Formats: sequence, structure tokens, C-alpha cells
Amino acid sequence: MYFAAKLAFVLSGMAVIPQGSYSPLYATKGAERVAVRGFALDRAPVTRGEFLEFVRRNPEWRKSAVKRNAADNGYLADWAGDLAAGNASDLRTPVTGVSRNAALAYCSAKGKRLPTSNEWEYAAAASETTRDAARDRNFISRLVGFYRNRASGRSQAVGKSAPNVYGVRDMHELVWELTADPMHAGHSGRAHDMSCAGAAMGALDPSNYAAFMRYAVRSGLNDRTTMKTLGFRCAGSTGS
Amino acid sequence: MTNTSIIRRFAPFVALAAIAVVATAAVNGLGRATSARFSPIPVHTTVDDVKGQEIAVLTDAPHVPPAIKRDYATKVIVNLDIIEKKMRLADGVEYTMWTFGGSVPGKFIRVREGDLVELHLKNAASSTMPHNIDLHAVTGPGGGAKTSLTMPGGESVFTFTALNPGLFVYHCATSPVPMHMANGMYGMILVEPKEGLAQVDREFYVMQSEFYTKGDFGAKGLQDLDMEKGVEEKPTYVVFNGSADALTGEGALKAKTGDRVRIFIGDAGPNLTSSFHVIGEVFDNVYVEGGTVAQHNVQTTLIPAGGTSIVEFGVENPGDLILVDHSIFRAFNKGTLGMLKVEGAENKKVFAAVKTLGAVSE
Repeated sequence: MYFAAKLAFVLSGMAVIPQGSYSPLYATKGAERVAVRGFALDRAPVTRGEFLEFVRRNPEWRKSAVKRNAADNGYLADWAGDLAAGNASDLRTPVTGVSRNAALAYCSAKGKRLPTSNEWEYAAAASETTRDAARDRNFISRLVGFYRNRASGRSQAVGKSAPNVYGVRDMHELVWELTADPMHAGHSGRAHDMSCAGAAMGALDPSNYAAFMRYAVRSGLNDRTTMKTLGFRCAGSTGS
Repeated sequence: MTNTSIIRRFAPFVALAAIAVVATAAVNGLGRATSARFSPIPVHTTVDDVKGQEIAVLTDAPHVPPAIKRDYATKVIVNLDIIEKKMRLADGVEYTMWTFGGSVPGKFIRVREGDLVELHLKNAASSTMPHNIDLHAVTGPGGGAKTSLTMPGGESVFTFTALNPGLFVYHCATSPVPMHMANGMYGMILVEPKEGLAQVDREFYVMQSEFYTKGDFGAKGLQDLDMEKGVEEKPTYVVFNGSADALTGEGALKAKTGDRVRIFIGDAGPNLTSSFHVIGEVFDNVYVEGGTVAQHNVQTTLIPAGGTSIVEFGVENPGDLILVDHSIFRAFNKGTLGMLKVEGAENKKVFAAVKTLGAVSE
């Protein structure tokens, strides 16, 4: 059955991420590495075009119909109308302005789910050449550059960046990505306060500024929050 | 061991004990009253009656909001908008700044001791990061930071009473704090003492800070943040008011001879302290570290990172006074230069050139 699940995900174009471990920003119960089971992950963020198809089939997720307890008022704010997601090049960019509730509904409709924060961080620690580049200063520095430049101008089409060793693209290049859990709260048995310099307390690598940025964004999200620079991709359980 | 050596050895403790006795007597006998030797340590349990409300006038550097005329406490509404945008760091050099109010340093806030401040922090929908604010004037969790994390498109509101008078730094404290500060997220809030400040002719807002860029000083184009340089405390730029030439050329501060000048000067860091000096002037008054005590006749005043100073001086002669951090390589190679242009009549009694290079005196 697990094999069948994996095969289905592979056939649908997802990347299979083998089991392993990664070094999180904060130690978990004293352990400096977190074990992650194998899973499947979309190779690119969900695009506006893909999300447009979803709202066509699921009218309750159109921007005029969405319930306020499902998404805040930034939901699909860049869309001109319920089905007006932009021109052909817009449709190839990551969908943004979506809440965790909306992302969960999308992934669920595809027979998938959102990745956990652990799964996301684990897959995102990979560079083009190695599975764990989390301590690579040049890698971190590149990520900080990607994150900072999100503010400038519109997003690019997905799938243009070099894939990481798992064949996954755009984990860092284009948008922040939603995960199933906020992670920052109680990840290591206590909530990490992202509101001051105290955030460095307990950090395994206090100079991993890219990770601090991701965790800070996550710390501000609830299930309704949307951002112009926040998108998502789906995951699937392969059972291995 | 002789008796005298014992006394010598314990002399400091004897002195301390004597001080303790005096202190106890002061507290027991006079409640919170002060003695010549000690300052009171107030625990503020009551606040002034707050009458009415007003919206704070906020200014961009080098401008300062008008002095407060009120002799009572009021509710002051402060609207601060966080905006991330590309800005000029030097000639031909751009940088993506994160700002309080669209400029670096951020908006200057001016309130009166005892005022109830209602701070509205809005983060533009176009922002890529959550932000918050820690005002050093705030008595409360994280200086306001713990309750003000604001997502793009969102708003947070908190209130505080300005208990302590003085000049205070504020800054973003969202993780990673050094990055938010290295990107320009700081400003100052002045809490005027109840009795107000002495009247002057010119007030200026100047804030020193560092920028850490991938490219060298002066390298053209949009520059990326270099966190490694930040960790090593090796800034590419050390500037006044957010760019290498904010206070030169058209941006020079201006005054006339006979003016009394006050500069509210802060140091945002994120790393370096400032040895603030004005070439060709002596500070008549320096409210050290932005506090209440004035030091006089000062050449260079030290400003801690995350701290301030208020300097006051009269200008006696025309000419260009140069503002520097007297850690002078910074001024020469990293941009820590500003100018105060003074116009007006010369006073040769104060200064006169007698014989100079290539010129013959009359």
C-alpha cells in the first residue's frame, strides 16, 4: 500500500524525499537533529493557474465567497475578480494571498496535505549539491538575499531556479511557504519568543539568519493569515 | 597582622557600612526623600490625569516636531507605518531599507512626560516580513515589542505612559533583530520633561547607524545585506541619517550666527558606539546619554549603540561645521560626515586668520 502511495505521488510529478534528519534552529528536547520520515513533496509551489482551477471547482474558495474565519481580507487580494487571476504569465507564478485553511483545502482536494514544518525545513536544508547545507555560510547568505528581495516587484514563474538534490525547486527563491503547524510554539517544549534579541537563546546556530526569518514569519501566522509573499506547496505521506 | 593593617584592609567596608547607615536613615526618616549623596528611586504607582487627546506630529530627519506647549498630560496617538522599500544609501548605491514611516531613521516622536501614548503600528501589505517595535521609553514587556508583532497588512496597538523624561531610541525587535536594525528600523522618541526644554533657535534630528553590504563602500547598484560583516562588526557604511550624504550638499543643516542649536543625536548601531564631535565647535551643554544631567564644555560625546545624547551650543561664527564620528576612519572612509552651514556676520574676536598658506594678511 505504501509503495502504491509512493508510486502515485511519483506519477503525479512529486519528488520523493527519503527519510533522514536535519538540524533545526532550536534543539528539540536536547537533540540537535530531528529525524524525519520519508514523504513526497511538490516540486514547485502551487501556481495561480493551479489555484484558479481549484476555485473554479470549489466556489466556496472564491474571493467573494470565502468565509472570514477561513482567510483574512488579504485573501487573493491581487486577483481582479473571483476567476480573474491575471494573464498567462501571472498564472505561472506562485499563488499568494492564501491562508493555511485555503492551502489545506487545496491539498486535500488533490489527495495530499501540507508538509509539516519539520518536513519543510528538512527538504529546504538541501542545496543543489548536498542534502544538508544548513551550516553552509554561502547557502545561508544566498537565502537571505532571496528572502530580502521578495519585497521588490512581482513574483517570477515557478520552476526556473535550479532544483535541489531532491529535484525540488523554489523552496527559497520565490515566496514564504505555509506549513501544517506553526512549529515555533513549543517545538522544543517551550515557545520561542521571536519578538526580541532573546530569540537567540537556545538557537543551535545563531548566525543562521535565514532560519530566523522563516521562523519569525511562521510565528506570526494563524490559520487565517495571508500575505502577498506567502504561498504553499503540498506534501504526501509515502509511509517509508 | 597589626591593628592598623586590619583597619586598612577593612576600611572600604567600614565606609560602605557608614553609607548604608546614612541611606537607611534617609529612607526611614524621610520616606522617599533624597539626600545629598543619593538620588531617589521612584516606583511610579500613580500617573497624571490625562486630559483630551491629540495626534502626534511626526517628522523625518533632520526635522524635529515642534516643542510641546501643554502643561498637562494628554493622550497622544502615534501612527507609525512600516514600509519596506529601495532607498539611496550613497551616490549610485541602493539598498532595500525597512523603515518606520518611509525614511531612515524613522519618524521622530515627541511627547511630554506623563502623556498616555497610544501607538498604532501598521505594517504595509507589500512588506515581506513581520515587524514590531521596542521603544526604550516604554516601561512594559519588550518595550512594546512582545505585543506588537505585526504581519504585512496588519496593525497592532498598545498604550504606555511616558514615565521617564529623556531622549530614547526605538527599533524593530523582530527576530532576527540585528537584521531588522541593519536594514534601517530605528528612530527616536523624545519625552520632554514636564518643565519643558530650554528655548533654542534650531533643533535637529540626527541618527548614526551602520550598513553592511556585500559590495565595498561606493560599489554601485542595489546592494545586498552582508550578515557576515554584521557578525564581525565590520560595517561597509557608517552614516548619519540613513545615507552617506544625507547631511551634505543640499542636505546640510543650516543655522545663523547667534543661533542656539540643539541636536538630538542617537546611535542606532547595530554594533558601534559613536564618538560624536562637531569640528570647529564646543558643545556648551551635553545631556549625557539623553538623560537629565547636563555636562558642559564638551568636545566629543560618547553615544552608546541603542542610546542617545542631546547636545546644545551657540554658533558664534559663519562657516561649515562638520559633524563626525571621531573614530575618524569611519568619517573618512565609511560616510560618517555631516555639515552644519552657519551664515551671518563674522566675529573676529572669536576667530581670526592672521597668516595663512598662500595668502598675505592685510
